[in-house]
Amino acid sequence: MRENDVILQTVSKVAVFIILTFGVYLFLAGHHNPGGGFIGGLTLSSAFVLLYLAFDVETVNAGIPMDYKMVAATGVLISVFSGMGALLFGSAFLSQTFAYFDLPIFGKTELATVVLFESGIALGVVGVVVTIMISISEDV
Amino acid sequence: MILIHVLILIPILTAFLIPIIGRQFPKLHLGWAALAVPIVLFSFFVSKIPAISSNETIAGSMAWIEALDLHFAVYLDGLSLIFTLLITGVGSLVVLYSIFYLSKERESLSHFYAYLLLFMGAMLGVVLSDNLMVLYLFWELTSISSFLLIAFWFRRKKSRYGAQKSFLITVGGGISMLVGFIMLKVMTGTNSVQEIIAMRDSIQEHELFVPALVLILLGAFTKSAQFPFHIWLPDAMEAPTPVSAYLHSATMVKAGLFLVARFTPVFGGEETWFWLVSGVGIFTMFWGSFSAVRQKDLKALLAYSTISQLGLIMSLFGLGSAALQGGASTESVVYTKAIYAALFHLVNHSTFKGALFMVVGIVDHEVGTRDIRKLGGLISLMPITFTLAVISSFSMAGLPPFNGFLSKEMFFTAVLNANEMTVFSMETWGLLFPIIAWVGSIFTFTYSMIIVYRTFLGPYRREKLEKDPHEAPIGMLISPIVLCAMVILLFFFPNRLSEYLLSPAMYSILPAYQNVEGIIPKISAWHGFNLELFMTAGVVVLGAFLMKTFRFWNIVYDLFPEHRSLDRGYQWILSKSERGSKKATDRYMTGFLPNYLYYIYGFLLLMLGGTLWLTGSIVIDTSNDAPVSLYEGIMVFIMATAAAGILFSKSRMTATLLNGVLGYSIAIFFVLFRAPDLALTQLVVETVTTVLFLLCFYHLPEWSKEDRSLKVRLPKIAVSIGMGVLTVLIALSVQGNKLFDSISSYFENSYELAGGRNIVNSILGDFRAFDTMLEVVVLFIAGVGVYTLIKLKADQGGDEIERK
Repeated sequence: MRENDVILQTVSKVAVFIILTFGVYLFLAGHHNPGGGFIGGLTLSSAFVLLYLAFDVETVNAGIPMDYKMVAATGVLISVFSGMGALLFGSAFLSQTFAYFDLPIFGKTELATVVLFESGIALGVVGVVVTIMISISEDV
Repeated sequence: MILIHVLILIPILTAFLIPIIGRQFPKLHLGWAALAVPIVLFSFFVSKIPAISSNETIAGSMAWIEALDLHFAVYLDGLSLIFTLLITGVGSLVVLYSIFYLSKERESLSHFYAYLLLFMGAMLGVVLSDNLMVLYLFWELTSISSFLLIAFWFRRKKSRYGAQKSFLITVGGGISMLVGFIMLKVMTGTNSVQEIIAMRDSIQEHELFVPALVLILLGAFTKSAQFPFHIWLPDAMEAPTPVSAYLHSATMVKAGLFLVARFTPVFGGEETWFWLVSGVGIFTMFWGSFSAVRQKDLKALLAYSTISQLGLIMSLFGLGSAALQGGASTESVVYTKAIYAALFHLVNHSTFKGALFMVVGIVDHEVGTRDIRKLGGLISLMPITFTLAVISSFSMAGLPPFNGFLSKEMFFTAVLNANEMTVFSMETWGLLFPIIAWVGSIFTFTYSMIIVYRTFLGPYRREKLEKDPHEAPIGMLISPIVLCAMVILLFFFPNRLSEYLLSPAMYSILPAYQNVEGIIPKISAWHGFNLELFMTAGVVVLGAFLMKTFRFWNIVYDLFPEHRSLDRGYQWILSKSERGSKKATDRYMTGFLPNYLYYIYGFLLLMLGGTLWLTGSIVIDTSNDAPVSLYEGIMVFIMATAAAGILFSKSRMTATLLNGVLGYSIAIFFVLFRAPDLALTQLVVETVTTVLFLLCFYHLPEWSKEDRSLKVRLPKIAVSIGMGVLTVLIALSVQGNKLFDSISSYFENSYELAGGRNIVNSILGDFRAFDTMLEVVVLFIAGVGVYTLIKLKADQGGDEIERK
């Protein structure tokens, strides 16, 4: 199967970083522009999927030693528990809030609790997609 | 959120920490870690006694799901305080006892204490909740933790059987109680118990009033093991003895009594309530004590005795509810004594029965058997245990100087008063109560004596015992000693208990009697020579006689043979329903995938198509539609061609690619309609699914044209076309039916409301974050499902269970 994937591997090495950057951008842009946790997470996971396609599973696992089931579980827990934070302030479960802060370099910046929630979603998506991909591909 | 919320959650959270603590400190007996929880909680509730006894109440509410009137509302009054003290007090003693009962080496202690603490939290939740739905939640949680604890030694068949039985019966009753709760909510419009009590007068004429009453009582009867639902309790004795002492005598089985007491201000005074509660209670009292005498296993004997005692308390609550008939008046004050006796006996029962269970546990632990045919003569070997057994069982028999005597006398007073009632056609039937109560008490005396005589007196036969009996270690004796001390103390100082605990509980059960003179009777051990005393004397004489002559009259029990018992009925129903449902399921679960697709799509077609047709919703209105542009036309053409192409493609690869064309075209449509978020998502999803499909490609069989006959293919074609047409019709009809105003104007303010200019994301992450959270949870479950299906599947020739 793997005779001539030099081109794919070379392109992937560069493309993966572009996709990852784009994924992070989408994640952060989601508040005001197209993007968000789900789509950001999907983009990030497509970068991982590309890596697994271009190189074999062992190589990638050696380079990125991560248990994606754990990533998924962490994500789900973050999004559930970020909702519980609101309870401590007497609000309903999962209510979000935002405020504007003057930060040193960024100037006036909006910080929102929804980022926490969305990061949980993104991690959940990355974890699940890569877990499914790896399990199916290893099932030969 | 107030402190009580935290207190309910502490045991439940600690339950999750227990396994971690167990791993961190492998040398520690986990019981010591668990013991801290009930002790802390107990001291808190004790510190609340002064406030509650001056008739204050503590209430607090935490919003949960406002739209469903679901609040985590707690309410601490006299009634719930008694129960919280029992739960945490007996809980502390039981945990202490279990430390010496369960071996650290042989038992899975982290499971045991996790379940036990889970139960403790659930039970506190039941007695402290003010919201019906939250109460129900905790109610079922007690059933679940009881199930886990009964099945603690799950390798024994009998444990599993007992666990399943108790679970089916109590949860079944719980569900009927839930229906009753929903009826109450329909009648009153609120889930708060206190608000419902305040609305008592306005709902009594409602047509749902009596059905709700019966359904809620079903929940209480199943939980408190009332006839004919009592059959689960003897089988629940398969649990470790600390569990039996805690759940199945002191706390969980009293949840039904709590429920009855809690709802007495709502339903009390109603004739159905009166007859059901007192009638079922008094009969259970008799039947339990009658069946207890025939038992050979000490724990089974105690189980039936618990059933009997629960029936006794239940009947007292029923008799006392007559006081609410026709409002509070000085004439009906005499009936309230029954409720007072019920509360008093409830406390007493927890002390002596808890001690008795622990004594039986000690005997079982040190001797190796609980069979009274083998036991005997242990008095000289286990003197302390013998003393404890005498104190607790004499209290149960109703002898002075133990607390059981006082409450038994009050019980007799209550049934004698019932005889003189002039309401609810008691003139005719009233005499039955004192008679049944008296006969039941005779049997109670008999089995109480059996416990003491057969175990500790009589001949000692070493050859029948498994171990060399000796006195229990001091750690195991502390808890029953404390309980027995209570038994005696309560006899000498009952009015202390009355002042601090019973009278506030009386006011919470009978709020209407708040200012009525004489509602709190003074308990005294000596009333003079009255009928109650003579009844007790008769009980002692006849009970002793029955015990001496047991050999001659035990043929009576042959009238109720095993094969015609209620137990057999339960097994018959269970096996019949299992077989019936298997037959029914086998009929349609063929294991053939196309059939399942037929069910799914056929159902959709019938339901959705039928609804569309019957309601006349097929309205196609194109007047508001935007004109179709050239690009859109081209895209539609491309998609239609690709879709048709799939039908005629020769290889799977072509079909996959054409399917991809469809997906990407939809993304282009999202671009055309200016929905960049959706377009992005669709693009990436399409990419990922295509990769996924390529991965699966390896496993798929050769693509072959279907060459079946038209007869096989025709229904498939019909269903496919039907689904396509239906989808199009629904999509078009949506535009033609505007039943509600659009809600989109609300979301347009997303920048002010959620600080985000991206409406789509504000909806996902803020306005409807609950959906998103659950979606990611579902996604995770699906991912774990795929992983386990693939990674953990049985190897060829391995586990064959699935392939039969």
